[in-house]
Amino acid sequence: MYEGIVQDLIDELGRLPGVGPKSAQRIAFHILAADPVDVLRLADTLRQVKDQVRFCEVCGNVAQEQQCRICRDPRRDVSILCVVEEPKDVVAIEKTREFRGKYHVLGGAISPIDGIGPDDLRIRELMARLADTTVTEVILATDPNLEGEATATYLARLIAPMGLTVSRLASGLPVGGDLEYADEVTLGRAFAGRRALS
Amino acid sequence: MWVKSLHLSDFRSYAALDITFEGGVNCLVGSNGQGKTNVIEAIGYLATLQSHRVASDAPLVRLGADHAVIGAVVSHEDRHMSVEIQINAGRANRAKLNRTPVTRVRDIVGVLRTVVFSPEDLSLVKGDPGERRNFLDELLTLRTPRIAGLRADVDRVLKQRNALLKSAAATGMSQSAADTALAVWDEQYALHAAELLHERVHLLQQLQPLVADRYRHVAGDVGLDVAMRYQSSVAGTDDHTPGPDEMTAWTPMHWQQRLLEQLRVHRRQELARAVTVVGPHRDEIALSIAGMPARAFLSHGESWSLALSLRLASYDLLVGDDIAPVLILDDVFAELDDVRRAHLVDAVTSATQSFITAAVEHDIPAQLHARRYVVTKGQVSDVRPQ
Ligand SMILES: Nc1ncnc2c1ncn2[C@@H]1O[C@H](COP(=O)(O)OP(=O)(O)OP(=O)(O)O)[C@@H](O)[C@H]1O
Ligand SMILES: [Mg+2]
Ligand SMILES: [Zn+2]
Repeated sequence: MYEGIVQDLIDELGRLPGVGPKSAQRIAFHILAADPVDVLRLADTLRQVKDQVRFCEVCGNVAQEQQCRICRDPRRDVSILCVVEEPKDVVAIEKTREFRGKYHVLGGAISPIDGIGPDDLRIRELMARLADTTVTEVILATDPNLEGEATATYLARLIAPMGLTVSRLASGLPVGGDLEYADEVTLGRAFAGRRALS
Repeated sequence: MWVKSLHLSDFRSYAALDITFEGGVNCLVGSNGQGKTNVIEAIGYLATLQSHRVASDAPLVRLGADHAVIGAVVSHEDRHMSVEIQINAGRANRAKLNRTPVTRVRDIVGVLRTVVFSPEDLSLVKGDPGERRNFLDELLTLRTPRIAGLRADVDRVLKQRNALLKSAAATGMSQSAADTALAVWDEQYALHAAELLHERVHLLQQLQPLVADRYRHVAGDVGLDVAMRYQSSVAGTDDHTPGPDEMTAWTPMHWQQRLLEQLRVHRRQELARAVTVVGPHRDEIALSIAGMPARAFLSHGESWSLALSLRLASYDLLVGDDIAPVLILDDVFAELDDVRRAHLVDAVTSATQSFITAAVEHDIPAQLHARRYVVTKGQVSDVRPQ
């Protein structure tokens, strides 16, 4: 244990995702030794992010105005909606340049272990967006893990009575993944779960 | 396949060891605590990336040392491959294949294959059902790596489902609300668990006759009837318990439907107890000899022989798949009578390479032709046959 405020800093950093106690300590001492100008700039950026960035009132993506850039873009196809877990998934899909529709960000996936149920996600907002006839197709692009699958199954059931086209991203090998680098577990499962294309 | 040479540094009691082996039987002899098991543990670790006796890596690094290294040259059909792992307790391990670092440590799995029998295996017969399920699942994973992913998924869904059952119980959720919330998890659970059940039952069907053969041979009694039955918490209904052939014929889809049905039947009980009461984690592989349940009836030597037969049958199965693994038997003779020891000699001499440890020289049957190594205080010396 370090004295007061230094330990507070280590504890705060340790709360960040992917930062263990050892790294937290290393970052803390880096900050202590760093140029005050650099550190203040970081502090300033953190404050600005919390002040200025908010979530798009339509889709839940990060935005600097009431609506995000994609929701405001008139060239995007309003009839297709892609449902993702996090804003970072929007960034990943945008990079592929495959999708020209709009998004809906759930803010996570159903996970009882973490105490996250359907009511904790932006599902009510999603259903409201599907209520009129604008959207005709929904793509469920939740993560290819158990929680993502469970969330997609839950949504598919909820949407089914509305008569929309619902699809799920093909899973298995990561997009753009190179077969050579897939480990035997992933590759083995991709083989076992292969789907007929015709 | 066989291990041509082994190098250890700071592994267990060994500061440094370089030793060469030969195909056929290699016997390590030495008093208690001299380092025999440590050698075969190292060979096993190189094959599976885990010790057969401890769950964590820390005890493998010699006290006071920073990291341990296990290296070996493995021969297969006149080709040699060198494989090496550096065990860093508390940090990520590192591995090399033919002196070149690999990106993922798991890339060295498969270069060396082993089947290990050790005294701890007595729990396969005498221990909880979990020991036998684990034995079966590990053998599945060895034969089909993707099963590792399947097992992880089944464990994870169970955790999610149990968390949901717990919160439903805590908040006094109505049955219909619980049904809705559980629906997606039931579906995921049934999907993955069904596949695991299907795989297990199939493996057992293949393994059972091999275990029976091995046991009859070790015991020297051709009339003995050895049975292994998969007792599933999922398969039976009130008025019908399916036999092994019936279960083997089931498709994963069939298991899935059975499991969903059982979840419905047990809903009230699961909500009351807040845990999942049916599924692969509740199943048993019932072992019996001449109609007597092994766990409750077998003598110590008989249990030992049966546990050994399970390992030897795994060996047979892997030989049938492709390449013969290295057979490792730790302290195997200690608990067997002279007749059973003699019967075991055939089994070990037929292997491409085997390692046998013994604390007492005269525990080793006289008719076993083996290269001898004497193990004393972290040193291994090679005794040339006279
Ligand atoms: N990490 C370690 N560092 C140093 N010594 C260790 C370490 N782990 C184990 N040992 C020592 O290794 C010895 C045990 O070696 P091993 O289990 O190979 O004995 P063995 O020859 O198989 O004996 P037995 O006949 O009793 O089975 C013990 O003396 C133990 O103290
Ligand atoms: Mg030993
Ligand atoms: Zn938006």
